[in-house]
Amino acid sequence: MPVNALEIRDLTAGYGGAPAVESISFAVAQGDILGIVGPNGAGKTTLFRAILGLGSYKGAISICGRQGNARLALFPLVGYVPQRISFERSFPATVRDIVGMGILPERKLARCESLVEDAGGKLAHKYCRMNSRHDKISTALDVVGMAHLAGKRIGEVSGGEAQRAFIAKSLVNDPLLLILDEPATSVDVATQEKFYEVMKRLNSEFGITIVWSSHDLDAISRVATRVACMDRKMFFHGDKDAFFADEDAVRAYKESAMQSHMHDHRGGSNC
Amino acid sequence: MLDILEHLFVQKALVAGVAISAVCAFLGVFLVMRRYSLFGDAVSHVAFGGVAVGLLTGAWPIWTAFVAAVLGGIGLERLRRVSSIPGDAAVAILLVAGLGVGVLAASATGGFGVDLYSFLFGNILLTSTVDVGVIAIVSAGVGATLFAARRQLLYVTFNEEQARVAGIAVERLGYLFIVLTSVTVIMSIRLVGILLVSALIVLPSITGIMTGASFARTVLIAVISGVSSVVAGILVSAHYDLAPSGAIALVGVAILVGAIVARAVSGRRTA
Repeated sequence: MPVNALEIRDLTAGYGGAPAVESISFAVAQGDILGIVGPNGAGKTTLFRAILGLGSYKGAISICGRQGNARLALFPLVGYVPQRISFERSFPATVRDIVGMGILPERKLARCESLVEDAGGKLAHKYCRMNSRHDKISTALDVVGMAHLAGKRIGEVSGGEAQRAFIAKSLVNDPLLLILDEPATSVDVATQEKFYEVMKRLNSEFGITIVWSSHDLDAISRVATRVACMDRKMFFHGDKDAFFADEDAVRAYKESAMQSHMHDHRGGSNC
Repeated sequence: MLDILEHLFVQKALVAGVAISAVCAFLGVFLVMRRYSLFGDAVSHVAFGGVAVGLLTGAWPIWTAFVAAVLGGIGLERLRRVSSIPGDAAVAILLVAGLGVGVLAASATGGFGVDLYSFLFGNILLTSTVDVGVIAIVSAGVGATLFAARRQLLYVTFNEEQARVAGIAVERLGYLFIVLTSVTVIMSIRLVGILLVSALIVLPSITGIMTGASFARTVLIAVISGVSSVVAGILVSAHYDLAPSGAIALVGVAILVGAIVARAVSGRRTA
């Protein structure tokens, strides 16, 4: 049986006090697009931060069967785009500079890739494996439709364009796993559609596994192949069609989303 | 005015000045974008404490200054990482602590003598041949290290968390950067003195950040404007027998003001 791109077992994580994520277990097979839905404060970002080594947790996380330091060593093959990346508007770098920042030397990349292959994992299609940095960056920018803005300063492009540049940045090492934390939340509808097209293409053409959180059930139904529904605990994980056919699961999500919405409007905390 | 170039002391000053100013401008781009503009000042004030202690104890002041600057810089980085004190406040703590030690040690030696005065305001025209050799070699080393680590430094400066996920050893790079800055500041003291170190670090960097689009161009403009202000400052001060540090600082300010005006004018034209 092929190794899972991501496997989480009995994960509990949070900031001090009560855990934001409690006893969650799930696996993502290579080639899946997993859509994670959950209301605000459901712990989606906490879950992602634990996966990416940015927060403390209890439980086991493995990427392509690798745990601990070996999992951290695979991070160059994991792309991550958070809801928003805060940066100085006057930052002295073009979109091209930003995309090129993460390019790893061939030697290091080969070492990461052999870790994956030794564990029985499958690498993504090497669409960015060009000879020159310039070509790598151009290819990644082409994929997200940003080639025409390559020479603009990152602070001069719109929020949606910057998010697409950050996706391009996460593509330059031919990642096998992309983790996207509500990447299209703060962009307009037309740009959201572009995002979804890019995600589908990355998955179908290049074989990249995608784990993606969103509030948009309609987008999840169109893009994801599997769905996980969580509100601190996981209360559904399975095929997309099974989720949308399961009226109880959809209703449970909508109710918890509504409660969270009301709570936010009453001035409650919003994590 | 150019006939003063025949003098050996001017030639030596120019070689040392060009080497130091180029490195300072390169470093400065990262420091300014990290909101660490006054870090150079803080380190130089700690170095002042080191110089005063060196003069008090009879140790070679440049070495006590070097040790104090490196330890102070590392202490600052540590303080910033383990406490919630904002970067600029941490810089202020370091600055005051260094100055406090310096004033105490100076008063214990019977006041501000000629030696201490030359450290406060620098005098590049008094640089010895050995000094020039040391400055050229150290500058080349710092410059080469910065060049090799430029993309990683850019990544960390852009967004530390993203850099960490991309597998960059953020802490190690942070300390390396602090040590490079401390070494450079110590060299700069010869040129402009403890009180005007920012003239070499901050002014050219802002000129570069304001006018360049890409990172490479930003650094290039910063280096050119830093080197120009030092060359012009040395020539003017040697010709009119004035303090070089003041001349260098004012030429740097003039270039920056020129860049601000040129940008405003071109912005109005395109608007």
